[in-house]
Amino acid sequence: MTVVFTLTFGLLAAAGLLTLWRMLRGPRTLDRVLALDVLLVLIVAGVAVGMAASMRGLDVVLLLSVALLSFIGSVSAVRLVERWEEHR
Amino acid sequence: MIVRDVICAVLLLSGALFCLLGALGLVRFPDLPTRLQAATKPQTLGLLLVLAGAAVRLELGDALALGLAGLFQVITAPVLAQLFGGVAYRTGACEPSVLVLDELDERLRADRR
Repeated sequence: MTVVFTLTFGLLAAAGLLTLWRMLRGPRTLDRVLALDVLLVLIVAGVAVGMAASMRGLDVVLLLSVALLSFIGSVSAVRLVERWEEHR
Repeated sequence: MIVRDVICAVLLLSGALFCLLGALGLVRFPDLPTRLQAATKPQTLGLLLVLAGAAVRLELGDALALGLAGLFQVITAPVLAQLFGGVAYRTGACEPSVLVLDELDERLRADRR
């Protein structure tokens, strides 16, 4: 099972690196916010894999709070971007 | 025990692969609406598969909490995509010449009249 967990973490890390690349390149602020949202989803997936590896349920609070906060954060960031573009 | 490990391994690996495909689409696709497609559908499916794979190995209460996280992602992903798409359209991130059909433009014009 260790091989499986390492492989899963590796795949998720590669996905995270690609997402970070998109966040650096942009070109618009919306692209960056979208990449941030995807990165948070990847973090939730990583926490779930960690829970499966350790077979402990302690990280459930972390997982649920990150899932909730990423939604709220993305919604408010998109609203903010909309307001910026209107005033341009 | 062995059966459970095999199910867990298959679910985790396929979920991580879907996450990777979504991120690849995020990098490779040319504009924001197509990237939105890559960021919502494969990501949500990948997360659901990974959560299912982790839930197989955990106790019932923790597995239910993982299900709650998955349900939350399924509910919020379309809301976010709708919001992103609307703001992207209004701020000019969509190239009008690429669109085959532009119903939103017609509706906005009808509202303005």
